[in-house]
Amino acid sequence: MTTHIHPESMPDYLDLNALRKVQLERLRHTVSRCYENVALFRSRMEEAGITPADIGSLEDVHKLPFTEKSDLRDTYPYGLFAAPMAQVVRLHASSGTTGKPIVVGYTKADLDVWSSVMLRSFAATGITHGDVIQNAYGYGLFTGGLGAHYGAERLGATVVPISGGNTERQIMVMKDFGVTGVCCTPSYFVHIIEKIKAGAFGFEDLKVRVGIFGAEPWTCEMRNYIEQESGIRAFDIYGLSEIIGPGVGIECPEQAGLHIFEDHFLMEIVDPQTGEPLPDGEEGELVFTTLTKQAFPMIRYRTHDITSIIKEKCDCGRTIKRIKRIRSRSDDMMIIRGVNVFPSQIEAALLSLRETLPHYQIILTNKGGLDQIDVEVEVMQDLIGDRIREIEEMRKRISHAIENIIGLRVPVHLVEPGAIARSEGKAKRVVDRRNKQGGAQ
Amino acid sequence: MKLKQISVFLENRPGHLNQICGVLKEANINLVTLTLADTSEFGLLRLIVREWEKARAVLENAGYAVNVTEVIAIEVPNEPGGLHRILQVASKGRLTVEYMYAFTFGRNGNTQIVFRFSNMERAAEVLTSAGINVLSAVEFYEENSLGNCS
Repeated sequence: MTTHIHPESMPDYLDLNALRKVQLERLRHTVSRCYENVALFRSRMEEAGITPADIGSLEDVHKLPFTEKSDLRDTYPYGLFAAPMAQVVRLHASSGTTGKPIVVGYTKADLDVWSSVMLRSFAATGITHGDVIQNAYGYGLFTGGLGAHYGAERLGATVVPISGGNTERQIMVMKDFGVTGVCCTPSYFVHIIEKIKAGAFGFEDLKVRVGIFGAEPWTCEMRNYIEQESGIRAFDIYGLSEIIGPGVGIECPEQAGLHIFEDHFLMEIVDPQTGEPLPDGEEGELVFTTLTKQAFPMIRYRTHDITSIIKEKCDCGRTIKRIKRIRSRSDDMMIIRGVNVFPSQIEAALLSLRETLPHYQIILTNKGGLDQIDVEVEVMQDLIGDRIREIEEMRKRISHAIENIIGLRVPVHLVEPGAIARSEGKAKRVVDRRNKQGGAQ
Repeated sequence: MKLKQISVFLENRPGHLNQICGVLKEANINLVTLTLADTSEFGLLRLIVREWEKARAVLENAGYAVNVTEVIAIEVPNEPGGLHRILQVASKGRLTVEYMYAFTFGRNGNTQIVFRFSNMERAAEVLTSAGINVLSAVEFYEENSLGNCS
């Protein structure tokens, strides 16, 4: 295959000076728009003693106040909209684990930008017109389904809008429709792999070659597992509904970090504690300012995703910068006996051994005021022996692998295959039993 | 000489063993013998059935983690010192017993003991050359189907 650049992907390769110029122009425009139209942004800027005129360079973005997720909840449903409702043509909402969801709106121009960045995402993974894309992200209020749908259609691919769930039907469609690309959460694809392996045909009978996986953090070890078990190439896609939905960033065939569509999203890395900006290469919290959004612009939105900006230019030729794949969200962090633990670390430990499936659950309980975790791991059907000692040794190996990564010894329980509920959307890795004292074990 | 034994990984929770028995009943599989090893965390059910391939298939389809291993069945006179003699032979032949379980259904009131030795390749040889009656699969199943029916 020759490397053909889709015309809409040209901004991926912009000369950096030109890119920074476009960004500054768009930043100034966005800040003015927010200042003029959104009461909260205006009052925050007034408190900070700045006006849109103070934004003279890209670095001046650091002067602007942060926006937190709680601001989105406090202004529910339309308080942060910067366009009149007459111009808003679409609403989406995030699930919101506590209380009210977060509502986001799009003008026609916003939808145009969104499908464009999704087109560029698909194109970066080598998908083109002629590909048949099975879109198993949920359609509805969740941004995943429709975001991927319009991007793939705009690229000229054939979209199968199957949405999530009904795995047997997914597999039938995958085979009968000659599907070449699949979009879903990585955990759901692991479930599909498991079902295909138990069925009448294998991946060699399918045309699938690419998977676009996102909407939940996943590890490199999980990617290796998926690629080895299915023979497809698994790409990480990044996005969040507060910013636009999926399509904020994507891996290219180098699979060495995610390119951020910087002409639409200005990124910073800040110290999660102090909020101070950090230089490229240093790990911290990812913060976004939208550059082209009309209905729901965001100023310095704190994503709680922990990553770093990669300094080096990517071998794929794109000039837009990359971030390291996001292995953790600061929201997912558990503090166990004073140590910070992320679910992704447990996943990495389990998959490093190659004797368990990526089916695991972390049970979070509280004893005597201290949080603690137990890890439940499914055994593999064909890796169980007839001797208790062997099984105990396997459990110890798992326990040691976890201890090596997180620095703590935590109880590991082996459970039967299929004992952990399969997810058709975002996997539930942590079961929080801290508030149900009666139910805790 | 060797018999196939099926091991099933079991979590410790109520009604679980019964579910497995239900799967085997649906497939019309008769249990020749079984033993359940348990720890505080999990159990390991070891089964001997004539149709071990079918049993493995139905249990795997039902989602269980199943393993097939070879074991040796020995007919032991039901009298003092019966087991002692066998273990002496095993020990002289440097065979370690990983686990064993006994049952008394055989002909002439003999006891049958199922052994899992560390070195299964050598075990049959060591035992037969010492004149110990290691049962073939056919003998074993036939004796036990008679034993069950009578």
